[in-house]
Amino acid sequence: MISRRDFLQATVAASAIVGGSGVGAWAQIGARQQLTQDQLLDFDTFGNVTLIHITDIHGQLKPVWFREPEINLGVGEVKGLPPHVTGQDFLKLYNIESGTPEAYALTNTDFDALARAYGKMGGLDRVATVVKSIRAARPDALLLDGGDTWHGSYTVLKTGAQDMVDAMNQLGVEAMTSHWEFTLGIDRVTEIVDSLPFPFLGANIFDAEWDEPAYEPYKMFERGGVQVAVIGQAFPYMPIANPGWMFPSLSFGIREERVAEMVAEVRAKGADLVVLLSHNGFDVDRKLAGRVPGIDVILTGHTHDALPEPVMVGQTLVIASGSNGKFITRLDLDVREGQLMGFRHKLIPIFSDVIEPDAEMAAVIDGHRAPYEAEMSEVIGQTGSTLYRRGNFNGTWDDLICNALIDEREADIALSPGFRWGPSLIADTPITREDIYSATSMSYPEAYRSEMTGETLKTILEDVADNLFNPDPYYQQGGDMVRVGGMGYRIDVSKPQGERLSNMTLLKTGEAIDPGKTYVVAGWASVNEGTEGPPIWEVVENWVRRQGTVTIDPNQSVEVVGA
Amino acid sequence: MQDMTYTRRETLVIGAGGIALLAVTPAMASAVEEAVAAFTGGAAVTDGGVEITAPEIAENGNVVPIEVSAPGAEEIMVLATGNPSPPVCSVSFGPGSASQRLSTRIRLARTQDVLAMARMSDGSFVQATRAVKVTIGGCGG
Repeated sequence: MISRRDFLQATVAASAIVGGSGVGAWAQIGARQQLTQDQLLDFDTFGNVTLIHITDIHGQLKPVWFREPEINLGVGEVKGLPPHVTGQDFLKLYNIESGTPEAYALTNTDFDALARAYGKMGGLDRVATVVKSIRAARPDALLLDGGDTWHGSYTVLKTGAQDMVDAMNQLGVEAMTSHWEFTLGIDRVTEIVDSLPFPFLGANIFDAEWDEPAYEPYKMFERGGVQVAVIGQAFPYMPIANPGWMFPSLSFGIREERVAEMVAEVRAKGADLVVLLSHNGFDVDRKLAGRVPGIDVILTGHTHDALPEPVMVGQTLVIASGSNGKFITRLDLDVREGQLMGFRHKLIPIFSDVIEPDAEMAAVIDGHRAPYEAEMSEVIGQTGSTLYRRGNFNGTWDDLICNALIDEREADIALSPGFRWGPSLIADTPITREDIYSATSMSYPEAYRSEMTGETLKTILEDVADNLFNPDPYYQQGGDMVRVGGMGYRIDVSKPQGERLSNMTLLKTGEAIDPGKTYVVAGWASVNEGTEGPPIWEVVENWVRRQGTVTIDPNQSVEVVGA
Repeated sequence: MQDMTYTRRETLVIGAGGIALLAVTPAMASAVEEAVAAFTGGAAVTDGGVEITAPEIAENGNVVPIEVSAPGAEEIMVLATGNPSPPVCSVSFGPGSASQRLSTRIRLARTQDVLAMARMSDGSFVQATRAVKVTIGGCGG
């Protein structure tokens, strides 16, 4: 853990180099008693360029509860550095008081109680109000979408993401990059991209056969007399982490040398300001910032981190704007003679009960939801405890899914992927069909049932653990650990692949997992083509309906050491 | 690039069916040593002067695109150190070569280091390694 003072000194010192500081805005708001829209939007317009960043909305058009992670471990050089700081440590680091709106928005602390006090967050109609207010102050503010937009809800699934496409067009997005977008299948992606009034950027997306660029790598914008280059970087591990057979002609990868080449190219074309609109994930972007010179701002996404202050890497600002529509970032920049001279930054929390919905956007959203309202709003069960997903090893939503898989598919062990999307539900509230889809909606939902040996299970867990805890961020894929039901284990995150997992135990008998023995395993979201089974939302709905009220006890079957 | 020859052993591996997950066995380690010894004749090898471009994580372990560049090299040898049979190819560059660079697609049976070694025109040897992960995948957030 670095101290708040060290961190601030580092930030302030770094920002002093470019002359100006955006630090401290959050603490000022935090000291106030009553939250108002004016306070949330308050911003002293600065410099000559404004960037607005939103990312990882995952189809959430309406306000949601979203509990930030309690456990988000960093390994190697980033151990204890943001975003690998959670709970009370996070509050201390950023000088935020417990129980404040900021504590609620940014951490898991007292989540259930504070959610009742401060309400849901997000909603694209509220986001639209904020965007309009920024544009009133700076008419040519540049709005950039970091991707994971066309995925993750009931209406995305039913409309082929047309709901999100129409909403983002209404919002006035000017460029985007991508990840889950490609799970719509390449034909639908192409159809949407052809219809977009803005570029779908991906400097690191190539034709797999000919190794030629497949999408526009960057776009130049003139704003406030400044040439702004926005380079797009899609999620690098698309065909590995998601089903490659859905977009077989494409190859991705970090392709650091390609990023460097694009930075040089846009500088040669006269860019005064170079922005990387990235879906790399925070640690990958932090490493990239330290290795590729000439990037002024990285608007990072994928790992769903919400940081109230920029992280400086050399002279590069790394900005993390959260997920699920909970936040947008406003970044004002002073750019003169091809140099970034200073910045002012604010991570704006979208408190849905405080920010007025924008009527035009609300109409777009309601228009897409109306045909499905009755089926979405059907109450399937009740929560007896908080349901949330985020956290490195488990979350109660996935514990629920694993329980459902074990019961409904008669399995010994259940596996649920370590996704970071999916809103939360607080205790003693209804679970609607829409809520179940928001935690499971996707284009490869089949709940499989298969047999695996203990050795195979160990291999899978070791493989996923290395995607998360490899000390070199370039080898990380940005998800969380696969969630396991029916089996406990111990993990030493400091060890290399193959040595992290031990004490694998079948919970129903208390026996050690035998490498040579076969177990019945149920799971969902396999990347393999031809996976068979009912869609996961059906499995979950049937189970929740039978339970009535679902109470998930704290999961104590994963023992973590070496952190 | 002048010519490229796949070794007979590599061709056999490419022709083989499924590859199980394997640890680096003493046999592989000695196959790497043998190939290096045959290439260098026991001469010293220094790090640097060779650049390998490869994905950090392979999208498909059966066809991993790699590019090796070694300005001033007369010959470049590529080894997949964790394959049952490590030799991949060796490429000679004549005096008229505009650049000393090769690109190809290789099969990697598991996560491993790719080793590229070059014999320079002055008879010295240089090398570089690059780790490429071959993963099950499927859990990206």
